[in-house]
Amino acid sequence: MGMTMTQKILAAHAGLDSVTAGQLIEADLDLVLGNDITSPVAIKEMEKMKTNGVFHKDKIALVPDHFVPNKDIKSAEHCKCVREFAYKHDITNYFEVGQMGIEHALLPEKGLTVAGDVIIGADSHTCTYGALGAFSTGVGSTDMAAGMATGKAWFKVPSAISFKLTGALSPWVSGKDVILHIIGMIGVDGALYKSMEFTGDGIANLTMDDRFTIANMAIEAGAKNGIFPVDELAIAYMKEHSKREFKIYTADEDAVYDEEIVIDLSTLRPTIAFPHLPENTKTIDEIKEPVKIDQVVIGSCTNGRIDDLRCAAKVLDGRSVARGIRCIIIPATQAIYMQAMDEGLLKIFINAGAVVSTPTCGPCLGGYMGILAEDERCISTTNRNFVGRMGHVKSEVYLASPAIAAASAVTGQISSPESLS
Amino acid sequence: MKACGKVFKYGDNVDTDVIIPARYLNSSDAAELAQHCMEDIDKEFVKNVKKGDLIVADKNFGCGSSREHAPIAIKASGISCVIAETFARIFYRNAINIGLPIIECPDASKGIEEGDEVEVDFDSGVITNKTKGTSFQGQAFPEFMQKIIASEGLIPYINSQNK
Ligand code: SF4
Repeated sequence: MGMTMTQKILAAHAGLDSVTAGQLIEADLDLVLGNDITSPVAIKEMEKMKTNGVFHKDKIALVPDHFVPNKDIKSAEHCKCVREFAYKHDITNYFEVGQMGIEHALLPEKGLTVAGDVIIGADSHTCTYGALGAFSTGVGSTDMAAGMATGKAWFKVPSAISFKLTGALSPWVSGKDVILHIIGMIGVDGALYKSMEFTGDGIANLTMDDRFTIANMAIEAGAKNGIFPVDELAIAYMKEHSKREFKIYTADEDAVYDEEIVIDLSTLRPTIAFPHLPENTKTIDEIKEPVKIDQVVIGSCTNGRIDDLRCAAKVLDGRSVARGIRCIIIPATQAIYMQAMDEGLLKIFINAGAVVSTPTCGPCLGGYMGILAEDERCISTTNRNFVGRMGHVKSEVYLASPAIAAASAVTGQISSPESLS
Repeated sequence: MKACGKVFKYGDNVDTDVIIPARYLNSSDAAELAQHCMEDIDKEFVKNVKKGDLIVADKNFGCGSSREHAPIAIKASGISCVIAETFARIFYRNAINIGLPIIECPDASKGIEEGDEVEVDFDSGVITNKTKGTSFQGQAFPEFMQKIIASEGLIPYINSQNK
């Protein structure tokens, strides 16, 4: 029986010729990741273990990004715990304020994730690296602790749904709309325990940043991972960013999928997820009543990359944020921040009346830097709109692309750039 | 091994942000986290929960973030077992790894209501609704999972194996 792309990567890392869905395996890890929220719990667990330290000092990445620069004393204590652990174990890839960025934007940019890797991270959006053809998945702190100590993790081999993408996206439609469309279609548990494997000639028409956005939100459909085939664009990206050797795996011709879903990219419209689940999607055309907003957030591991900022700048150039609206823009890494500066994007944002922040998760998880009051609404390029996600339990989050978020900042209600004069 | 207590019943897609809101994630102290468990969907939970009680939910319990703080908060609040139609996968892993028993059983999730008195036998997987006099067959815990739970989590279990 043929294997899916994910199954092939897992088999190779478990030292097996083949695996089948449902099989329990132990796989070697290429990278173990943690952040300022999850690492302290893992570090505490690791200290309880009878080990002599970490399995490989180059294969652990510690990225304080959620409440960083420290938002309060408790966050500072957490970061201190991570920093001390990193120094004690001489962890190569520890990223301090000033070098850090949001973990899932930072690691590919630093060349730490490449095709063929098996990666676990104590953060659910670890699935992002599937854009490069790696198997990567989110785990908890205990798995992270065991992974740091042993370099291994247990997995149940997933079955897969194949998403065959054809055609090309229309103007103002992006990777975010693709993944919101898919989640709207299959639901927040539509791919529970499974891989989402993207195939089809439409992939060639997606930028790397589109692919990162799509893979990033696989977890929002319940998936174990999302994965893209490795094409010339992905190879060029890896060559530019990484010195590591990558390995290309392709699904067997006769790989078995639970289902194949065909999506013609040219038919997609800007899509928005209404509160309080990412599956509550509507296209911009289906919104009949005006949805007034109070805040706009453009950033996060989903949409804080350079393509996203360029798109927002295109909309905001020569326009202003509407009176009474707060527009918060957060480049996901220092390099993206710098590039946005070089390209003059920051100037466009500030001239439009937006605020630009240093890289941080901040408001995405309701940490700080843009918390909502009771009854306030935010349109955000982040990935979750659960109850209370960005602040007060009676506040609301609408998920959308940078194009829609930026246009909404201009009008004060959910809008598409198509409607701006 | 058995669990027995009163049931707190919830619906579909209970996410980790309502189990333990991110505003409390600047702590990793179990007792402190337990004080805010479920507060965004059920303010009464923390006041009413007693040691041994159970949570029963519908589909996709624990979806969202990978925060282990979620099963930790539930366990520290006194909950002895969570039963659901299905669980989100990271939550499932985390619960086992920290030694919080969880069982997937669609029939039980349909046949149990808020306040029912329920008993779970982990060896046989049988779930008994004492209030209604009904019972359901859930998945029995494989031996290694029972051992992880008896050792209060994966790490103590690994350590006990290495002795
Ligand atoms: S940006 Fe948001 S979703 Fe991404 S890692 Fe940070 S908190 Fe998580």
